[in-house]
Amino acid sequence: MSKSNLKVALIGNPNTGKTSLFNQLTGLNQQVGNYPGITVERKVGYCNLNSTTKATIIDLPGTYSLNASSLDENVVIELLLNKTDKDYPDVVVVVAEVENIKRNLLLFTQIKDLEIPVVLAINMADQMKLKGITLDIELLEKEFKTKIALISSRDGSGLNVLKEHILNYKELSTSPCLNASEIDLTYFENLKRIYPDQQLYKLWLVITQDANFGNLDKTTLENQSFVKSKVELKKLQHKETIKRYQYINSVLNIGKKTDLKNAKDIRIKLDRILTHKFWGYFIFFGILMLLFQSIFDWASIPMDFIDQQFAFYSSWISENLPAGKLTDLVSQGIIPGIGGIVIFIPQIAFLFFFLSLLEESGYMSRVVFLMDKSMRRFGLSGKSVVPLISGTACAIPAIMATRNIENWKERLITILVTPFTTCSARLPVYSILIDIIIPDKELFGFIHLKGLTLMFMYLIGFVTAILSALALNKILQFKTKSFFVVEMPNYKIPFYKNVVINVIGKTKSFVFGAGKIIISISIILWFLASYGPADTFNAAEEIITKETINQNLSESDLQNKIASYKLESSYIGIIGKTIEPAIKPLGYDWKIGIGIVASFAAREVFVGTMATIYSVGNKSDEISTIKQRMKSEVNPITGKSIYNFASGISLLLFYAFAMQCMSTVAIVKKETNSWKWPLIQFFFMSGFAYIIALIAYQILK
Amino acid sequence: MQTTVDLLKKGQKGIITEFNLDNVPLKLIEMGCMEGHVVELVQIAPWGDPLYLDINGTHLAIRKETASNIKIELINF
Repeated sequence: MSKSNLKVALIGNPNTGKTSLFNQLTGLNQQVGNYPGITVERKVGYCNLNSTTKATIIDLPGTYSLNASSLDENVVIELLLNKTDKDYPDVVVVVAEVENIKRNLLLFTQIKDLEIPVVLAINMADQMKLKGITLDIELLEKEFKTKIALISSRDGSGLNVLKEHILNYKELSTSPCLNASEIDLTYFENLKRIYPDQQLYKLWLVITQDANFGNLDKTTLENQSFVKSKVELKKLQHKETIKRYQYINSVLNIGKKTDLKNAKDIRIKLDRILTHKFWGYFIFFGILMLLFQSIFDWASIPMDFIDQQFAFYSSWISENLPAGKLTDLVSQGIIPGIGGIVIFIPQIAFLFFFLSLLEESGYMSRVVFLMDKSMRRFGLSGKSVVPLISGTACAIPAIMATRNIENWKERLITILVTPFTTCSARLPVYSILIDIIIPDKELFGFIHLKGLTLMFMYLIGFVTAILSALALNKILQFKTKSFFVVEMPNYKIPFYKNVVINVIGKTKSFVFGAGKIIISISIILWFLASYGPADTFNAAEEIITKETINQNLSESDLQNKIASYKLESSYIGIIGKTIEPAIKPLGYDWKIGIGIVASFAAREVFVGTMATIYSVGNKSDEISTIKQRMKSEVNPITGKSIYNFASGISLLLFYAFAMQCMSTVAIVKKETNSWKWPLIQFFFMSGFAYIIALIAYQILK
Repeated sequence: MQTTVDLLKKGQKGIITEFNLDNVPLKLIEMGCMEGHVVELVQIAPWGDPLYLDINGTHLAIRKETASNIKIELINF
């Protein structure tokens, strides 16, 4: 049976539980994507309203008003102004929250002025008693000309009422709550005279921000003689906001009662500790330690398991499927490639788990508050802490998270230095190298030397980020106003559903996003490693047999010699040999060179590349992991290990500093709107990496 | 008594009387920072900046620099 479909948009201030409501309504039945051309998340889900009607629910980015100050907020306005947009809603649900209802209603009255059917959902209704708040719903519905649902996105109460209101959206009044044009009557009358068919509040929104809609764009409006300057417009917006607040206050004075005797608040007590001079920092660093402990230590258990599983699959396939090129491609190209991604899952999941707990609980705002002054010394903002921590998961969401930094200079510096923080893509590279070159010893009997090295690598990344910020702060000469506004939301116990959905969604999109690149590169590499120019590659067996005829080699030694000759004369071998002179001073051979070249697409490709390179032509029957293969790799001339202490440290440092991630370059281009910054970043970071790796190798060798 | 928000002591309250529109972002106004609303200094960050305020029931933090642009009439209690 086909159901009729309603389009519903969820709009609300940040921290109103809008996303919890979205998760309650749609469950796991949601898709996260991007708006075309921009990197703002587009979340759409589906929900059955009753047996005959389905709703497509769009979770729009949180915004305080319809005056956009960021890309995310702009999405909301562009959608509401454009009736032809495929997402244009039949009905809007404005999500407000009991305690901050006054502020939340500002946005509500603005949307009401657009004459779109609006339902008001007042969230956290279960907290009303605790906070001593009572609301006269009947009165509020009448005054605000809407239907109100008291809901709790946590326990799901009131959702049926909300669904009912959504279903009956045609009965909703679409007249505005107040007459905003009173702020400058002559101005608005002029507007109306010139554009008699347009809705007045829409016109006003188009004039005040960078939005276009329909056939009316900003430039034609700007050509009019009655145009106002930016300062005058801001004055009017100020007046408009005051007017709206006056109206809201007058309604709530009658409709909302607060009995302070009943009000209990743990906020004050918690704030006193969490933003304390000593305890505040102590707790913050404690949480960071816990975060890293979980990535270094706890995640290694499932990771080792995954590593062994994939080594097993590879050899199982090559033994049990008919020998041939296709089997080789699967066992040597595709499976090691997939293994290189799957191994990430435990770490990424842990990271996103912690980050979403910190966000959900309201603690992240306290960290921003706590760190602002110290970060400002380095040209950053307190809000840079969030990207710098998220950067330990992945630079891409981290750079997107800089959007709420108001000051352009602080934001730019954050974007430029974030890729220095140790992202999870560096982790497999680090852990495999550290495992090979650092002895399995303990310092003072309890500090693991390997763990210490890994910790040190994180520290290097963070210190470099901070120092580069300091340098950039001195170099960049922008004059910007130091605006900084951060809401300090109420503390909340994280809602498990939000955390779970967030972790699953983020991990999935990361794995599939990175997965595509890694698998395609693995396959390309396999082809390049399995084919070569006919005169040397195909004749490998003959050449080696002829060369070694007097050496009395055993059959398996001969086979190994042939295999390595084949690899050297394959296409990938030729590429590697060509770049070898450039990387030799850093202590790398041509195989590592290939790994580095491939890593410029994405760092995590390194391990997969090594896996592919060492798998190709490996005829031994034993199951060996990539690690074992790398360990046994020796320099044919000196007989020393390729992965020795000096070359290993040099390689570690190279990966710590080099900008090896095309997706990051792309996102920096998008967020800064120019090629200038990503290119500067790319060449500076990679050049710096080369020099440091060179110095390290030359000293240590 | 007339003063500015950055000069408030922890726990003190005032009524916003006036501010320099050029130096206050619209977002702050939308969050309730406007003439007639009560502002309370809840907490000061460890190094003296930023300031944690309660404006008209909304809890938020701004920098001292911005706070110095918001004039208030101190409430005695």
